[in-house]
Amino acid sequence: MSTLEIRDLQVAVEDKQILRGVNLTVKAGETHAIMGPNGSGKSTLAYAVAGHPKYTITGGQVLLDGVDILELSVDERARAGLFLAMQYPVEVPGVSVSNFLRSAVTAARGEAPKLREFAKDLKAGMDALSIDASFAQRNLNEGFSGGEKKRHEILQMELLKPKIAVLDETDSGLDVDALRVVSEGVNRFRASGETGVLLITHYTRILRYVKPDFVHVFAGGRIVEEGGPELADKLEAEGYEAYTKASA
Amino acid sequence: MGLNEKPLSTLHEKASYELADFAVPTGREEEWRFTPLSRLKGLHDGTAAASGAVNVTVDAAPEVTVETVGRDDQRLGKAYVPADRVSAQAYTAFEKATVLTVPREAVASRPTTITLTGSGDGVAYGHILVKLEAMAEAVVVLDHRGSAVYADNVEFVVGDGATLKVVSLQDWADDAVHVSHHHAQLGKDATFRSFVVTLGGDLVRLSPSVSYTAPGGDADLTGLYFVDAGQHLEHRLLVDHSQPNCRSNVVYKGALQGEDAHAVWIGDVIIRVEAEGTDTYELNRNLLLTDGARADSVPNLEILTGEVAGAGHASASGRLDDEHIFYLQARGIPFDEARRLVIRGFFGQLIEKIEVEELRDRVMSKVEAGLAG
Repeated sequence: MSTLEIRDLQVAVEDKQILRGVNLTVKAGETHAIMGPNGSGKSTLAYAVAGHPKYTITGGQVLLDGVDILELSVDERARAGLFLAMQYPVEVPGVSVSNFLRSAVTAARGEAPKLREFAKDLKAGMDALSIDASFAQRNLNEGFSGGEKKRHEILQMELLKPKIAVLDETDSGLDVDALRVVSEGVNRFRASGETGVLLITHYTRILRYVKPDFVHVFAGGRIVEEGGPELADKLEAEGYEAYTKASA
Repeated sequence: MGLNEKPLSTLHEKASYELADFAVPTGREEEWRFTPLSRLKGLHDGTAAASGAVNVTVDAAPEVTVETVGRDDQRLGKAYVPADRVSAQAYTAFEKATVLTVPREAVASRPTTITLTGSGDGVAYGHILVKLEAMAEAVVVLDHRGSAVYADNVEFVVGDGATLKVVSLQDWADDAVHVSHHHAQLGKDATFRSFVVTLGGDLVRLSPSVSYTAPGGDADLTGLYFVDAGQHLEHRLLVDHSQPNCRSNVVYKGALQGEDAHAVWIGDVIIRVEAEGTDTYELNRNLLLTDGARADSVPNLEILTGEVAGAGHASASGRLDDEHIFYLQARGIPFDEARRLVIRGFFGQLIEKIEVEELRDRVMSKVEAGLAG
């Protein structure tokens, strides 16, 4: 069973310190929600763990099954079993969805999937997320609506079967129907009990569809309160005001 | 023609068959300022004496007539008058011209390939005329290879209702120098498709131009270039809309890598007073893969009439987008492959437009090899 262990992680962007010592452990079978106000550093956590070049690690470790993934390149982290569903998936002109997905699945498995098998998996995955078949021939994220981009992120997660998935505000910008479809995808993914999910969100709405086991409140670049699902209810009622004041 | 009717961008231009009408360029002229004259091996100053270093062979479709003619052939130089010193030099100095004719309403059953092979050290001047009579259709490939110092003029005369598709592949050896004018003259409702691929050569300067003799002409000019360290690859486009209701679309894309890799793209489109209902667009994009490479891109659109159907241009030169690479790597795709996917994507849609499948594969594998090296 896999474990992602974030130890005293400190991250800067340019010369500005954003994360000030984050400690968090996500085990397979668990779903953690990180909630916090805008600008608290939630997305920085996601991108720093994935290895985006903009973020400089100034201290701490991130261990995936005991291996410090901060030593690995972006693609090595992904192949080690880490997945980041992005808040703003980038458009890549001229690269088709099917070509991209095949390359990604090939990289994850270490060998090219059989064409027929891949086509079957892809179709099943797309059907489950109500993604039109014509998507496979379109250029990656090009002209996709906000909801289409997010569903496509979840499709990738289901195909790549990572050990730990970090979902960065996957719920933002979705209408209720799209939110339900995306949430069902996340629930299918975690149903095996073999994967861990770290759900980063600003709102409690998605937590009504994807029930977290743990809730962490993020403010000022660190976790300031932790609890069970009931903590989300408290945030829903009271907002982040208490935390933003405390961290200011 | 008064000053206000004559396009400003053509005021400095000349057209003449006489070499003496063109001064030897110094490099300060607008049309020569990007070109490293010292690497032209004398093509521009009269010191490059012809030694016949380029061998021309033609593999023609059965419907196409092929002739090798002398300088005095009356059909030559009718569609195009040299517009600069090197072009006039080539026109003055060529000995034999190749003439392809596709008769009225004939449809060529397969591509016709003109292979121009440089045989090593030496200078050559050439002239090619491709003439499609009314309603004819043909695909013509110009395949440049080997090593040479070569200047030539190519005339494409596309008759009323005819369709000509041309692929010009500059796949020269590393030390070749090639200065060329490709001029297409479109008759009424004629269709012209040009696909230029420039990969090899120390210095290549190719000037494709289009003119219209009647309404309804339709020209697509597509280009792709891959510039390696030390290479100078220059494309100078001119589309002169002088007739109503014609269309043109120019798309050139290039990738550059290595120290002193230099691409130049000039895109001039003129819409004259009488060219009402013109629809035109031109685009140039450059992808700078490493430090030390440089791309100059200058689109010019001069509109002298208020009645256009559409007119636009765009130019962008930039690096490989870090966010693209990050996204692909975040899905486990290794850096080198991610880079390859993005560059292939950048060119991909263009390459699919090449008419001849073998050429598509050849160009793709050349680009891939360039990336790997």
